[in-house]
This record gives sequence, C-alpha cells and structure tokens, in this order.
Amino acid sequence: MSSHAAETPSRPAAPKARDRQLVQRPDVLFRRCVTGVVIALALLWLVPVAWALDTSLKAEPDTIKIPVSWAIPHLTLSAYSLDFSATDIGRWYINSAIVAVIVTVLTVFTASMAGYALSRQRFRGKPLVYAAILAGIMIPPQALMVPLFREFQSVHLINTYWALILPQVPAPIAVFIFKKFFDGQPIELDQAARVDGASWWTCYRRIGLPLARSAVSAVAIFTFVWTWNNFLWPFLSATNQNMMTIPVGLGTVISGTGIINALQMASAVLGALPLVMVFLLGQRQIVEGVAGTGLK
Amino acid sequence: MSTAALPRTARPVSRPRPGRLRAGELAGAGFVAPFLVLYALFLILPLVLAVIMSLFNTSLVIPGLGTFVGLKNYGELFSDDYFWQAMWHTVLFTLVSTPFLIVLPLLFAIAVHRLSHGRWFFRLAFFLPYILPSAVIALIWTFMYEPAYGLLDGILHFFGLGAPGWLSSTTLTLYSIVIVTIWWTIGFNFVLFVAGLQDIPRDLYEAAELDGASWWAQVRRITIPMLGRTITLVAVLQVIASLKIFDQVYLITQGGGGPNFSARVALEYIYDYGFTSGRVGYGSAASLVLFVVILVISFAWLALVRRQEKGV
Repeated sequence: MSSHAAETPSRPAAPKARDRQLVQRPDVLFRRCVTGVVIALALLWLVPVAWALDTSLKAEPDTIKIPVSWAIPHLTLSAYSLDFSATDIGRWYINSAIVAVIVTVLTVFTASMAGYALSRQRFRGKPLVYAAILAGIMIPPQALMVPLFREFQSVHLINTYWALILPQVPAPIAVFIFKKFFDGQPIELDQAARVDGASWWTCYRRIGLPLARSAVSAVAIFTFVWTWNNFLWPFLSATNQNMMTIPVGLGTVISGTGIINALQMASAVLGALPLVMVFLLGQRQIVEGVAGTGLK
Repeated sequence: MSTAALPRTARPVSRPRPGRLRAGELAGAGFVAPFLVLYALFLILPLVLAVIMSLFNTSLVIPGLGTFVGLKNYGELFSDDYFWQAMWHTVLFTLVSTPFLIVLPLLFAIAVHRLSHGRWFFRLAFFLPYILPSAVIALIWTFMYEPAYGLLDGILHFFGLGAPGWLSSTTLTLYSIVIVTIWWTIGFNFVLFVAGLQDIPRDLYEAAELDGASWWAQVRRITIPMLGRTITLVAVLQVIASLKIFDQVYLITQGGGGPNFSARVALEYIYDYGFTSGRVGYGSAASLVLFVVILVISFAWLALVRRQEKGV
C-alpha cells in the first residue's frame, strides 16, 4: 500500500513538496496539543463520579463544609451502612436482579427463535411478520406508557413482577439483529440436519444457537444493562417500596431523605457498582455491540 | 397457526411432500409465536388502546372507558399553552444538545482513534457514564448543582463568582439538564464514531500525508466525508432519544418540571396529566401526538438513508 501511495504524489503534489516540511513540524506539535486537551477532558469527565465516591466516604458534617474540599478528614463507611438500614436498597437490588435476568433470558430466547424462523424457515405470512417487526423498531415504547399502564391496571397486575418483566421483553431490534446474524451463517448445516430427520427445534438448539454465541452475548448484555437501568416503566408500574427496582428506589432517595449528602452519594455509588462491573467484564462486547447494532 | 395449515390438508395430493411442508409451516409459526404474542400485547395493544382512549374521557380511578368525547381531547390539547410549552422545551432541549452531542464526541474520537496507547482510558472516561442508570446520574448531579456546598458553586466561589442558581433559575434549569445529558450520553456517540473511523482505509491518510496535507485538512477532506453515514445515524438517533427525554428532567427537578415548569418536557406533561391528574384519555391523546412526531422523524431518516445509499 505505502509503495503504491509513494508513487502517486509525484504527479499532483510536485509544487507542494516544499510545503511539506513547513507543515510537518507544527502538525506534530498540534497533535500533541490535541492529545493533551483530550486527556484533560477525559479526566474532567471522571470528576462527577470521583466527587460522588469522595463524598460517600466522608462523615456527614464534612460534606457541607465551605469551602468545598476533596479532603476526607474522617474516612468512614457509615453512609453505606446507613443506606442499607435506612432504605430498602437490599430489596431493590434483588428486584432489579430478578427482573433484569428474567427479561434478558426471555428476550434472548424469543428474539433468537423469531430471528431463526425468519432467516431459515418458510411459513405463511412471513413477509408480514418481518414487516411488522421492522416497523416495531420505530415504535417508541416510552410514548405508550399511559395506555400500557391502563392495560395492566385493568387486569390488576400493577406492582407485580409480571408488570415489571413482560412489557420489557418484546424488543423488535433484537429479532432484527438475530435474523441478520443467521442470514450471514451458512445454511448447509441446517439442511443436512433436516435431511437426517432433525426437527427444527433440534436444529435451532444444536446448530443455530451455539453458532450465534456472539449475537447472543451482545443482545444479552445490552438487554441486561437496559433493563437494569430502565426508569420510566418500573417507576409507573412499581409504586410499592418492596417492588421497586434500583433506579426507581434511588429516585425516591433523591427527594425522600432530605439532605443527607453522604447517604445520597453512597446510594449513587451502590447503584453504579453492578454496571461498572458489567462494563469492566463485558467492555469489548458492549463496545462492539454499540458499533455493530448502531451501524447496521 | 392452525388456520394457515388447514387449506393444505384439504388437498394433500397437489403438494409434493405435504406432511413435511406442514410441519415446517407449523414450526415457523411456532418459532415466531412467543415473540409475536408479547409484541402484540405490549406494543400493538397499547397503541390501539391509546387511539381508542384518546376519544374518551377515560379516568385513572374509574374502570372502563368513560364517555365518548370525540376529538375534544385533541382540541383541548392543542389549545393548552402548557402543552406547547412542554413541546417547545423538548424541541429546545434537542436543538441545544444535539450539536454538542455530535461535534464533541466526533472531535474526541478523532483525537483518540490514532493513539497507540491508552484507548481503554478514554473509553472508560467517556463511555462509563452512559451505562449508569438515570437515577445515579440525577443523584450525582443534584449534588454537583447544590447551591453553597455543591462542587460547581464551590469552584465558582473559588474564582470569586456568584452562584448562578443551576436548578432554581427559570432560564438556566433546562440548560443545566442539557449539560448533564451531554456528560451522560456522549459515550454512545463516541463509540459509534470510533468504530466508523476504524473503517476508513489507512492508506487514504498515508497518501494525504505524503501530499503534505495538514492534520486539519485530513480531518476535513477525508474523515468527515467518509463518516457521512455515521454522522447521519448519530444525528437521527440523537434527535429521537432527545424527543423521548424524561428521566433526568423528572429526577433532577424532583417531579416539578423545574421552577414554574420552565424545564417540563413532553413526556413529563403526559405523565402529569395522564397519571398525576388521572386523565388517561387526555394523556393518551398527548402520547399519540408525541408518538406521531417521533415516527415522522424516524421515517424521514429512513428515506434519507435510502437516498444516501442510492447516491453512493
């Protein structure tokens, strides 16, 4: 490549050859400056999180000192223990975990089966089903919260796991991702298995799903993070303290406990912790997932 | 499912392997059924209900639809200044935040993507906030914006400046939320841009370098044109996400929509009327208006992408 590129400039860039040296040096300097600025900005980006962590380790009287200071005169975890005794955060953790895990499992299964069928099988109304799913990607569920609430209210399921879990499962985009993925896989394995008399279910379980590991992990991580963080629907459908998920419960801490700064920041840190762990463990899948699904 | 299979069994001879085909058909329908049932119950049915209820004076506390009122809900909605105010805040929020949320991550990505070391650090710094729940963001920033002992006013105080009233001024509150949102969501666009940059062939830059093109010229002549599709994608995803803004506004203003509703956005208006006031019918009408706006923008984007793809 470089040898090819080295030949080309002789034609159009002959008069520019002189400028090159002039341009090069300030350019290197410029690039270093750019790198310096972006490092400074990245550090700046971490300040709010660092400040929350810092405050959460202070004793309450030290959080309202003026002037504001990063120093921690008395390092203490009392805000964290207060958090567990004064709020239902333990319960919210359990609810969030139950909801996020079940939604993730159900989403991966229903979406991958639908994607597999749309990619591999022939059935009546398939174009219609596919069109409905593509159209569904455009539906903003947040704009349909009022009727959805009414739906659950009329069957008396508000404040149940049913209400928290089921509406979060159908994600048309996940079906689309799986269909695209299966479209890219060779069909011969499935055909051979079919000829040998394997059922579609066997083909899906033994061939389709194991091959789709990367799509499964991307969809699973995203669904998990999104469900764990979802605020609006759980906020509406779980009004009971002991049905709340972490985001909804923390929402009550913002206004509920008055001005206990260390406690609020400890809550923020505790709320962030599981996601930081997911992020550190699944960084690559998350980043590739954003890039892959966003661009397709 | 069974209806789809019935005509087949009626004339088994006309098909080569009727049993086999029927099994396939049933399996296909069976595979999509679990998803489709949930999809119909929780995305399509609410949409249908919204259309129906918007024509009734349905109430949260009374079972049933209530009485038919025709288009009265829509009439009231369109003549309510508070509705237009909330729509305007949503549009204003979108107009102010979108340029920052495109230009900043684009510049960050360009600055970072050619570094050989430490890219993980930038990914951590810029992307980490994005995966935190809105309630954590709200907790952190409510404290950042705290008058007196908040970090921001502390810094301003250090430089001898007064407190601007981040969350108490009617003019500033919405912009304070814009700042939070930029900080929170920039990572998503950053990652999209970094991925887009990696798809640009390296030899384009090498050739430009040999031609003596400056860094800025390379960015302007190679990077930005080659990223055209990514930039469109980011812009549209950003606009759609901004129209649905609710969490951070609701949480940071603690449900009040800011001083004198100066930061109340469309979804918060829907929440206030559909839930707090219990007017489900009226709230449904407002939901549908927002729904249509978002849908129109999504379709406009699709059309744009189609045209871009044909053009290339």
